[in-house]
Amino acid sequence: MLILFGMPIAQILIFGYVVTNEIRDAKIAILDFSRDDITREITNKLTSSGYFQVYEVLKSNHDIEPALQRGIVKEVVVFEHDFADNIKRNGSAKVQLIADASDANHANLIVNYTRAIISDYAKDLAGIQNMPLQIVPKVRMLYNEELKGAFMFVPGTMALILMLVSAMMTSISIAREKELGTMEILLVSPLKPVQIILGKVTPYIGIAFINAVVIVLLGIFVFKMPIMGSNTLLMLECLLYITMALSLGILISTMSNSQQVAMFISMLALLLPTMLLSGFIFPIDNMPLVLQWLSYIIPPKYFIIILKNVMLKGTGIFFVWKETLILLSMTIFFIALSVRKFKTRLE
Amino acid sequence: MHESIQVKNITKTYDKVIALNSINFEVEKGELFGLIGPDGAGKTTLLRILTSLLVPDSGEAFMNGYHVVKDYKTIRNIAGYMPGRFSLYQDLTVEENLEFFATTFGTTISENYDLIKDIYIQIEPFKTRLAGRLSGGMKQKLALSCALIHKPEILVLDEPTTGVDAVSRKEFWEMLIRLKNQGITIIVSTPYMDEAGMCDRVALMQKGDILQIDTPEDIAGQFAKKVFAVKAENVYNLLRDIQAFEHTHSVYPFGEYLHYISKTTSNIKEELSNYLDSKNHKSVKIMTVKPDIEDCFMELMTKTVNNGE
Repeated sequence: MLILFGMPIAQILIFGYVVTNEIRDAKIAILDFSRDDITREITNKLTSSGYFQVYEVLKSNHDIEPALQRGIVKEVVVFEHDFADNIKRNGSAKVQLIADASDANHANLIVNYTRAIISDYAKDLAGIQNMPLQIVPKVRMLYNEELKGAFMFVPGTMALILMLVSAMMTSISIAREKELGTMEILLVSPLKPVQIILGKVTPYIGIAFINAVVIVLLGIFVFKMPIMGSNTLLMLECLLYITMALSLGILISTMSNSQQVAMFISMLALLLPTMLLSGFIFPIDNMPLVLQWLSYIIPPKYFIIILKNVMLKGTGIFFVWKETLILLSMTIFFIALSVRKFKTRLE
Repeated sequence: MHESIQVKNITKTYDKVIALNSINFEVEKGELFGLIGPDGAGKTTLLRILTSLLVPDSGEAFMNGYHVVKDYKTIRNIAGYMPGRFSLYQDLTVEENLEFFATTFGTTISENYDLIKDIYIQIEPFKTRLAGRLSGGMKQKLALSCALIHKPEILVLDEPTTGVDAVSRKEFWEMLIRLKNQGITIIVSTPYMDEAGMCDRVALMQKGDILQIDTPEDIAGQFAKKVFAVKAENVYNLLRDIQAFEHTHSVYPFGEYLHYISKTTSNIKEELSNYLDSKNHKSVKIMTVKPDIEDCFMELMTKTVNNGE
């Protein structure tokens, strides 16, 4: 009953808030070589629009790449030297917009909003000063210059598929033993819960890892994904993510009594959150705060961040250690909880 | 310590159904103890409590002195359990199953081969076959081997012969008696009355109560009333007519005969024979039989039903 009535309500609410193409408080960085009234005014316009939030102010060109690699800043706005003078003298000035295109749609959106605000400002200024002037934005989509959809979808799909396949494999494993009655006889043996649970997870790591390798290879050869970072790091992160998903599956399995229930839970409880809240399709930054908090407990979110960093941005472990640590602690948490939840008796 | 199994006031309810109603009994070391009763008598629940798979609502039970709730880890080392449902890995072969359970209990097949030799030798020709594709009797032999592989002190068998052909059933009981002779305490449940005779002592169970505990001979010997086997051409009408007969205490089908017990004590045979003649039954045969355990069970059941009302 809860599912029948609760699900549609939850779905409508989540979809309604998540599926929007608006941006909200997108974090940007400003690199202002000119520091005059006009650039300051443009910056104010950007922040007061409600769409942007200036996260940091950069000093030199060298700061641009690291700022974007960290993943918080989505766009860097660069004003050229003598911006105001150029407008007064030539009637035109240049501004460069460098966006983090590892999420192509989001980057497009941000750049378009920025452009619109700047050209609005240019029009107003032209009206006041009564002379034709233009501010020319030059756009660069970093990490995905051609705005290929695959660059955005492959990491997300990897996270989704590995999550579902791995979790499903283990989620039915213990439930199947319960169904077939073999659990009864395992329970009367001196095996400890932790032995049963680790014994169930371990063999699947191998199987799921083969899956992961196949998916990565497909991404590289069919969808032409680059791997800018280290292959070893990528594989290790995949391994970690798989183990996490398998542990989650085991947790589901220990709590459900039949394979069907286990399947249903792993489909329902994993598919939608992974699609909606992991940042796979819809940028997390644009969601309402409640959903943003919710996204912190969605494991694929971290894997997608890791994948984009390693594959597109070519960053090393120092940029993803936090996410890696989170996935690792989630794995341990799931295993520990499964061991605790594991019923040493029937019923 | 003489008692291998001690059960004290064990009660277990599922929702509102009483599965076990303050059960008490003891099983001695090296005894072959039978729990006899129809489906739903509470046999499986009782055995699961003994193997530490279920926790009783109240009461305590001990297996070789170990508390079934507190010392459940020890219980799981000393008890061999064969569930009522075939619970081995159907997609593993006979040998793999045995190896798996040996490893589970931290032993090897060769270490305890002596114990299972008699049984295993019968299924050894099929050791590469998948367990799911064995016949019913062979499945049970494999399950018994698996339950024995760690040399348990107490063997707990839940309806081991249900769904097994008559020959295999007989073989199976012969094996149990051999195991008993090796000093293993065995508690076994069965719905088949005829198997009760193989046990040292039996407990007759019905709806969560133990009706009687004794040796099969004594239970039958205590039976005070005379039992008659009755047969006629139309058995269905015969049953109905005897049920309507004023002197009838109880009547129930027993093989090809009906077993009839009268309320009166004298001239039973003549009364019944006259009555049946008046109902036009043909080729009526009435003879005295020695009451066996099933008659006792039927008698005890009617008693409890009557008391209950």
